[in-house]
Amino acid sequence: MTGEFTGAPRDVAIVACAQSDHRRRTDELSEVEMLMPVLHEVLERTGLTTADIGFTCSGSSDYLAGRAFSFTLALDGVGAWPPISESHVEMDGAWALYEAWIKLLTGEADTALVYAYGKSSPGSVRDVLTRQLDPYYAAPLWPDSVALAALQAQALLDAGHADEPALAAVAARSRDAAADNAHAQLRGARPQGEYVVRPLRTGDCPPVGDGAVAVVLSAGDRARALCARPAWIRGMDHRVEAHSLGVRDLTDSPSTRLAAERAGAFVRPVDTAELHAPFTSQEVVLRRALRLDDGVLVNPSGGALAANPVMAAGLIRVAEAAGRVHRGASDRALAHATSGPCLQQNLVAVLEGESRV
Amino acid sequence: MSDVLSAPMVVEFPFTRSLGPVQSAFLTGLRARTVLGVRTTAGTVLVPPVEYDPETAAELRDLVEVAATGTVTTWAWNPAPRRGQPLDTPFAWVLVRLDGADTALLHALDAPGPDAVRTGLRVRVRWAAERTGAITDIACFEAYEGEPYGGEPTYRQAVPHSGEFTGDAVTGVVAPARLDYTYTPGRAQTAYLAALAERRAVGERCPRCRKVYVPPRGACPTCGVATTEQVEVGPRGTVTTFCVVNIKAKNLDIEVPYVYAHIALDGADLALHGRIGGIPYDQVRMGLRVEPVWTEDGRHPDHYRPTGEPDADYDTYKELL
Ligand SMILES: [Zn+2]
Repeated sequence: MTGEFTGAPRDVAIVACAQSDHRRRTDELSEVEMLMPVLHEVLERTGLTTADIGFTCSGSSDYLAGRAFSFTLALDGVGAWPPISESHVEMDGAWALYEAWIKLLTGEADTALVYAYGKSSPGSVRDVLTRQLDPYYAAPLWPDSVALAALQAQALLDAGHADEPALAAVAARSRDAAADNAHAQLRGARPQGEYVVRPLRTGDCPPVGDGAVAVVLSAGDRARALCARPAWIRGMDHRVEAHSLGVRDLTDSPSTRLAAERAGAFVRPVDTAELHAPFTSQEVVLRRALRLDDGVLVNPSGGALAANPVMAAGLIRVAEAAGRVHRGASDRALAHATSGPCLQQNLVAVLEGESRV
Repeated sequence: MSDVLSAPMVVEFPFTRSLGPVQSAFLTGLRARTVLGVRTTAGTVLVPPVEYDPETAAELRDLVEVAATGTVTTWAWNPAPRRGQPLDTPFAWVLVRLDGADTALLHALDAPGPDAVRTGLRVRVRWAAERTGAITDIACFEAYEGEPYGGEPTYRQAVPHSGEFTGDAVTGVVAPARLDYTYTPGRAQTAYLAALAERRAVGERCPRCRKVYVPPRGACPTCGVATTEQVEVGPRGTVTTFCVVNIKAKNLDIEVPYVYAHIALDGADLALHGRIGGIPYDQVRMGLRVEPVWTEDGRHPDHYRPTGEPDADYDTYKELL
């Protein structure tokens, strides 16, 4: 039904998801070798071939690979001949999902493949992430990602929104939950450890690792044909805050709250939330921003504290939420992805399963 | 695979960036030990200053001077400084709201230990001995007990400033970026490079379309499937297309002009590239038959030279152009 946009929104759903096992290092694999099994798995789940995909969109970062246009080599795994309609975001794959969703909403495509991957192991991800900071006032100081998160965590402690035991509890709950997640890198109880940058300890920080994720989107009845219980995207929105940390209230995330509002998250309660919070303190900020009460199951996958392949971890949150809808474990789930220092940019998607008759 | 190749890789680049008028005034001011901010239309003073209001996007030009003393609004103790960070002994990262400012500046605080740091601590700028017009002109902050701590600041208010200083204004910054990696080429390329070290060329065949890729990257870009069947190719091949290079590359000891060519090794379905030697540059042609030439201890062919065979028929390589 490819054609011009009539203004009538279509229903779009996530119909399949796949991800790699996330590991500390994958020296024996190039990016495309790591990604390809995930692409094959997600297509096999739907019975689709590359030729059936109307639009392909990916998220990754050259700074992780240390090479310009590194995503073009990963495209080999997609089968880009004959020519395909393709796009890339130098961001977490959740933003690639947003682009694909728009493409389907406007009728430009009926089915989309979205994937993301990150190999953090070749470099030092703490140093790599300093290069996304403003080049005049922040980047010359090389403040690493843990340091910036620690400034946010201390602000949270000073405001009385959490204490160190509360942060440790987030870490413990996440890694306990990951015990059931075969893909996760850190599973089961582990010590909180020493301070990395105080007040954040080893346990408050995400693992560094390599991994990939892929999802397939489809519209309308095609989605129902491809999946027994599609995860319908009821809304999706993303918002950004000022880059400079010194002008923001680090204890709050107004961009997350606004994105959630625009995505329709507050219309009815959700039963599950997959939050992209690489640091324990950021889960506290997000829970408050989203007004999630104890009735909501948060990060049953273990979240980014259990596996955090940079550029893929946000799309993995969407895939985990969609997977629960597919399995009937959730009827209405919220998925969140973040990018930038201290939750600068945030994306929220609301996914629903149709009630079975 | 236990014998995966790996090698250090350094990516280093001096990013040269120009400054807008407000950033220029701020960094020129730091050189003169003066901290400038910018006032928004709502009256808020932003330090460090920006050219556009983060809330309204309105252009900002109203420069003000603030104090070199301030208050820590949040902090984090860094027990293990990393390369490039402001201090090489353990220090605190801090956001500091300078007296007269409404927003906070990110920097480092020199302190004996975490017990000496708290939110609300009064601090002052420690200027770098040599200042060039960069954020690092502030060497760091240090505790400042010269005035009592506590209560609402009665400290210095921001005062209007022309933004002009003696000497040339700083109009740009050079931000050197260096990142260190360990490059690992993965399974397919490791096998290719290992064979080359034995003076053999191996490609990989796609199980679906049967094409042989050299060098193999692990996937068939047409079929999107893994290429796994290893195939010995070459050593001889055919020039499918070429160009004449007239500009000498930095760090490359090759006389110009020389010929850079696409070469389809016998048995391969994709041409690789290499330099052609052993023949005058203006006599290289499509269809020329060539073979690799190895240097004494080279891990890959240095160049390709003519074999002396008759040229290949166009039909035998037209699909490989
Ligand atoms: Zn093929």
